Amino acid sequence: MKYMLLIYSNPESWAGLSAEQREALGRSHEELSRELTEHGLLVSSAGLADPITTRTVSVRDDIPTTTDGPYAEAKEHLAGFYLVECENIDQAIDYAARMPDAKYVAVEVRPVMDSSGLEM
Amino acid sequence: MSGFELLLREETPQVLSALVRHYGHFDLAEEAVQEALLAAAQQWPEEGVPDNPRGWLIRVGSRRLTDLLRSESARRKREENAANLAAPEEFVAAGPEIDDPGGQDDTLTLLFLCCHPALSPASQIALTLRAVGGLSTAQIAAAFLVPESTMAQRISRAKRSIKQAGSSFEMPPEAERDARMGAVLHVLYLIFNEGYTASSGTDLHSAELTTEAIRLVRGVRRLLPDDGEVAGLLALMLLTDARRPARTEPDGRLIPLAEQDRSRWNKAAIEEGDALVTDALSRTQLGPYQVQAAIAAVHGTAERAEDTDWPQIVALYQVLEQISDNPMVRLNHAVAVSMATGPKEGLALLEPLESDHRMTDHHRLEAVRAHLLEMSGDLDGARAGYLLAARRTTSIPERHYLQSKADRLNPS
Repeated sequence: MKYMLLIYSNPESWAGLSAEQREALGRSHEELSRELTEHGLLVSSAGLADPITTRTVSVRDDIPTTTDGPYAEAKEHLAGFYLVECENIDQAIDYAARMPDAKYVAVEVRPVMDSSGLEM
Repeated sequence: MSGFELLLREETPQVLSALVRHYGHFDLAEEAVQEALLAAAQQWPEEGVPDNPRGWLIRVGSRRLTDLLRSESARRKREENAANLAAPEEFVAAGPEIDDPGGQDDTLTLLFLCCHPALSPASQIALTLRAVGGLSTAQIAAAFLVPESTMAQRISRAKRSIKQAGSSFEMPPEAERDARMGAVLHVLYLIFNEGYTASSGTDLHSAELTTEAIRLVRGVRRLLPDDGEVAGLLALMLLTDARRPARTEPDGRLIPLAEQDRSRWNKAAIEEGDALVTDALSRTQLGPYQVQAAIAAVHGTAERAEDTDWPQIVALYQVLEQISDNPMVRLNHAVAVSMATGPKEGLALLEPLESDHRMTDHHRLEAVRAHLLEMSGDLDGARAGYLLAARRTTSIPERHYLQSKADRLNPS
């Protein structure tokens, strides 16, 4: 089963970190990536650039409009993700809990849909 | 799969066993066999299949393994910093000629090793497909929709874990035999299921896994013709796979059993599966695969959905509950009871499942409840149940199916 681990952050949580904490955060992710890779569980992972670089696209009446940044009211933003293969959601939750980001804001664990199914 | 590809896959466990018997080093031997398979796949189409394909593969594999062992030992020597000690050249030549073990077939020993309890099911599956099935890492990765590098890591870690567990290339001790055999059959069952549940058209690679699982179980059955559960598993796979041509629309949409065009079922597979399970039930110790196969045979031999012998299926589920009690069995039992007696009796059987902590597939419970509510005439309850099940499933075709069931009951 594949799970998406979505790492949430907010401007305050990031700004409030000391240099040591930021370094520790980086190290934790390196370690986690290495372990997931060695175990053959990592499908993909990436960090996302700061929300000020975001463009939000919407199409209304077939006319696309693009605005800078995410919605103003959004306090939290997606900062990165891991796509992992796990036996079950509990194993995925254990990995999410090891990310320092879970301490600062939160990490969401979402099962990934697939195209296999059983006739009922 | 071309003719010689099948030949290569059939030879894989024989070649690997011969190398491991002679040199040990399961992990490196497995690597060497993959390279021999690759060399054969490149050379045979041009130069023709050699007279003794197994001998050819053993020779090429053993040459490659000697190289691997030599560089491994050189690496170790460097690490030990013992350059001034002239160690004996252990691997000067390609070693003595390795004979084809002839009558001895070590496929079972190999399966036990690949399905070692130190490994996760995902690793057991990957290693079995490569070391016993002869599939390449790329093929396995494609079937499980992960990058090839991810699958390569999984396989090498699996081999390391086996090494660390100190496992040797021997049959497990008698006392562990049954449990270990159970693990082997379960892995083969999981491989089959992975392929069977793939919706046709979109996942051709995965669908090949059903063929591969059936081929592997046939191999085990040749070695253990009197094992009822091996026969039962093979029968279950054949009877289930027989429905594959009828289980989906060309676009991958699921068709429930009752609505399948039974003329599209594979009659030969049904006959073979039915005969296998009938024979096993009459002369071997009863087990869960045999009972599941017997249930599949009742479905498979019903001309039309309305001809299904539901009381017989209910009786078989009662037997299955006795020997392998789990929530999915109880769920299917409830469906059978509804068909044989009525939805009220079936719904009553669902109640204890609500609080069963082993029930992990909640969307299936919701889907069954919705179906039974629909049978009982509670259309609003059924609609709500289908919608909830549709939200809970992680399968795109299942969500589509459940959503359409709800749409059909739309009050508008």
